[in-house]
Amino acid sequence: MAITAGTEPVFHLEEEHAHAEGGSTMLGFWLYLMSDCLIFAMLFAAYGVLGGNYAAGPAPKDLFDLDLVAVNTTMLLFSSITYGFAMLTMDKGRVAATQGWLAVTGLFGLAFLSIELYEFAHMIHEGATPQRSAFLSSFFTLVGTHGLHVTFGIVWLVTLMVQVARFGLIKANRRRLMCLSMFWHFLDVVWIGVFTFVYLMGMLR
Amino acid sequence: MPDSLTKFIFGRLTWESLPLHEPIVVATFVAVALGGIALLGVITYFKLWGYLWREWFTSVDHKKIGIMYMVLGLVMLLRGFSDAVMMRLQQAIAFNGSEGYLNSHHYDQIFTAHGVIMIFFVAMPFVTGLMNFVVPLQIGARDVSFPFLNNFSFWMTVGGAILVMASLFVGEFARTGWLAYPPLSGIGYSPDVGVDYYIWALQVAGVGTTLSGINLICTIIKMRAPGMTMMRMPVFTWTSLCTNVLIVASFPVLTAVLSLLALDRYVGTNFFTNDFGGNPMMYVNLIWIWGHPEVYILILPLFGVFSEVTSTFSGKRLFGYTSMVYATVVITILSYLVWLHHFFTMGSGASVNSFFGITTMIISIPTGAKIFNWLFTMYRGRIRFELPMMWTVAFMLTFVVGGMTGVLLAVPPADFVLHNSLFLIAHFHNVIIGGVLFGLFAGIAYWWPKAFGFKLDPFWGKVSFWCWVAGFWFAFTPLYILGLMGVTRRMRVFDDPSLQIWFVIAAFGAVLIACGIAAFLIQIFVSIRRREALADPTGDPWDGRTLEWSTSSPPPAYNFAFTPIVRDNDAWFDMKKAGYIRPLSGFKPIHMPSNTGTGVILAAFSVALGFGLIWYIWWLAALSFVCLIATAIGHTFNYHRDFHIPAAVVAETEEARTTLLVAQG
Repeated sequence: MAITAGTEPVFHLEEEHAHAEGGSTMLGFWLYLMSDCLIFAMLFAAYGVLGGNYAAGPAPKDLFDLDLVAVNTTMLLFSSITYGFAMLTMDKGRVAATQGWLAVTGLFGLAFLSIELYEFAHMIHEGATPQRSAFLSSFFTLVGTHGLHVTFGIVWLVTLMVQVARFGLIKANRRRLMCLSMFWHFLDVVWIGVFTFVYLMGMLR
Repeated sequence: MPDSLTKFIFGRLTWESLPLHEPIVVATFVAVALGGIALLGVITYFKLWGYLWREWFTSVDHKKIGIMYMVLGLVMLLRGFSDAVMMRLQQAIAFNGSEGYLNSHHYDQIFTAHGVIMIFFVAMPFVTGLMNFVVPLQIGARDVSFPFLNNFSFWMTVGGAILVMASLFVGEFARTGWLAYPPLSGIGYSPDVGVDYYIWALQVAGVGTTLSGINLICTIIKMRAPGMTMMRMPVFTWTSLCTNVLIVASFPVLTAVLSLLALDRYVGTNFFTNDFGGNPMMYVNLIWIWGHPEVYILILPLFGVFSEVTSTFSGKRLFGYTSMVYATVVITILSYLVWLHHFFTMGSGASVNSFFGITTMIISIPTGAKIFNWLFTMYRGRIRFELPMMWTVAFMLTFVVGGMTGVLLAVPPADFVLHNSLFLIAHFHNVIIGGVLFGLFAGIAYWWPKAFGFKLDPFWGKVSFWCWVAGFWFAFTPLYILGLMGVTRRMRVFDDPSLQIWFVIAAFGAVLIACGIAAFLIQIFVSIRRREALADPTGDPWDGRTLEWSTSSPPPAYNFAFTPIVRDNDAWFDMKKAGYIRPLSGFKPIHMPSNTGTGVILAAFSVALGFGLIWYIWWLAALSFVCLIATAIGHTFNYHRDFHIPAAVVAETEEARTTLLVAQG
């Protein structure tokens, strides 16, 4: 694109201008993540407004088991680390190792979900249902939305493992693994917010 | 059939759900059904289904998707405007003890549907359609960043529109006003399906809008022709960028807040209830955090249209390009800091109200700068008063009044008096009709020849123009006056007979606007009939300045045979000035995305999902959800989504254009 004064003006490219396939995907996926982040921001805001409205029902101190939540948080953080290993092996083009780390990641995710469901079931059993108070409505919605995201992440992970198994670590699949990687780490960051603002600060209320 | 089985299959859908006791709705249904059957018959008779499916419904071509958005907007405009006429008629006759002709159950649905349809299914599709069609052409791209997503977004918008239209004939629509404030919209006060139609229609359409926002941002950031730096982008592209940033940064808020309302209604949570610690005002805050940016989503692209039109028809470079860009960006940012002015009466105190009052008034500064830029562009220009320019001048005169009444409303003490009055109604119609709609008509008249290769008939355009402009003032000046007298919005009957004359004048204005819409439709019809006489073989009928005018009209599928190189603002004007010669050889194969029907299928499942949720038909909801996910996953197994247009085909297409241009001389 040399445009210098005095030479004949150049109006167009001679060669086909190649926008690399998927060249916008990372940016687009980032933008999607930010829009998703806004949904979480709204749920955090709702929890911030309603989190103290117990309606004479149970409060965080009566409900939260920090030990359990700590174990749960560990599961999710480990899953992020193992996803990182999956990406490292992907860069080296090692299909089997990538698949292995992805499987480990998925198992950690499942563990996280199981513990969360156990916690929910326990709370509901105690009578702390989402309908009980505005605090519980916003708690279940915020934590549950995160859990739903992890669920979809696992569905996506399994889909990608099938695709890697069938088509190998081709460019399209690498791009998809990269997107899921961003999604997965994003959920981790959101969870750190949940852990801090909902659980830790809830115990201080 | 046992009762429980019926309930399982049909949820709460019964024969009573059909509004057979409302003669107006039944008559409408008969008319729509007959019209629909006639349309389907014509399509079948002329064997157009295959053509429509292959060339349009499954198309990933941004130009075709843009045109389909415009068609959707036009169809829904007719529906939304019918609602408006019904309200005007009701209010003009419901005096002196008369109940008018609409019962309250029906009337409340009409004003809700009017607002929802006009914003979500008229203004949004029109604006999105215009951006879709124009932006890739203006930046010298072949398509958007994610062509399949574009098709999917369009069909999701259609899906939302289908749900709203279904509510007219199956069940009812919300009776809550267009933003469905709780607790009125909660399950306790609105136990029927109306609010559920509202929620799921907007959720389905909202997915489409958010994704199309992401798509267009990526397109503008990543797909610009070489040499087109950010500060060389056409102003319409700039305003589109800002609008799409606003879309991505505000529609998720709507999604979230409607989800919370849905949870309140379906699960029995207590977000916005009066008891168990819920907080209805939180809904009002959250929905306006979306709602205020939304009005700038609508108006910003039209500011871009006016910039393009003023500059082209004044034959001058836009005055103050840089200030125009910064004004747009400042408006984008400020639009997030004003939401509370929609409910000063909430009682948040003097400090909070002052803050939001002041930020609101500040918005008038960049907006005023834009008006002056347009005026200075016209100053000493050779102005050609063609249709787009007429709409632009009408906009400037009308919009300034709407802007000033907006600043009036931004003063909290004044707002305490005018809140919820017809003054407010007059204000926002003044900016939405005078700004968004006039801008759309300017944009349609301006880019129509680009889309179809012939100009719009000027005579009927002028008829439409004068009917619209005069009709607008007749319809809304009385509302300003009534609002100052203290008449509140959404009233069905009136006690004070002295008010009637104003409503009669307003109804006359609505009739004039109806003539304007009719003239617009006639204009399209006449122009298609006279397309030979109105044809523009040059591709540049207005002596345009931006890249979309450098290619043929309508543009080929690949937009540009060669990717242009941009050396200046007003790239095409610069090329013409520097002695541009159209290349006639050396064509290369062009890489393009393939069509796919997946978007249509996904949107159809979404509509089924929404319908199941609205009527508590849980099996349908579950089934369509599973199908939705399965189809989406299945689609990812298709790795072959593109093809190459062979160089020979490109050469042939370009050759045809050369022949046309030569024949023209």
